[in-house]
Amino acid sequence: MQADKSLDCRGMACPMPIVKLSKAIKEMSAGQVLAVSADDPGFEADVKAWCETTGNLLKSLESEGGIHTAHIQKT
Amino acid sequence: MAEERRMSMILFSGDMDKAMAALVLATGAASMGYHVTVFCTFWGLNLIKKSEALAQGGILERMMGFMNRGGTDHMPLSRMNMLGLGPRLLKKMMREKKVATLRDLLDTALELGVEFVACQMSMDVMGVSKEDLAVPCEVGGVATFLNEAGKSRINLFI
Repeated sequence: MQADKSLDCRGMACPMPIVKLSKAIKEMSAGQVLAVSADDPGFEADVKAWCETTGNLLKSLESEGGIHTAHIQKT
Repeated sequence: MAEERRMSMILFSGDMDKAMAALVLATGAASMGYHVTVFCTFWGLNLIKKSEALAQGGILERMMGFMNRGGTDHMPLSRMNMLGLGPRLLKKMMREKKVATLRDLLDTALELGVEFVACQMSMDVMGVSKEDLAVPCEVGGVATFLNEAGKSRINLFI
């Protein structure tokens, strides 16, 4: 999936991936897509919850070899 | 966002593990669009106190200030403190798991605009002056907190 910006949160533990992705989204404009990768095991559930609360669109969430990659579109 | 989201929290504890929980919640909420207020009272003042701060006042205040140092590096654990060995071991375990330190979380919270309020009455009792506080914050009392709590969706006491 195409992304306008990507963010590497591997090696970070809760709450930092959510803090970083929130900062990144803030700097983007509506309609742009952010790709975030993280190996925090809680990230899968957290990114879904973050999108639900903030109203941004979770376009995809894939996991491979313990790395979760999410594509989020800013609304 | 149609409605403004607010979260308020009382940090009563001066324990490192409880302060961690408070700051993870504060930074997480701030990242989810919440305006966050942390009201630091009693032992919770230690999180925002300077480590070198010495209490002013009579002998009791000064004794307490000596035994009750502030700052993120001087907080004990709520369990298994083992005369200060516990926090050291936990910090090492946290480093290995790449968990942010209390200091990092406090800096992140400030950067995200989390507001800290120092309890005026606790400061007075313990001989803590505004100059002893390490973070920019408002000093207030029960009405300051309740005014904020009344507007908040989430209220916590830690």
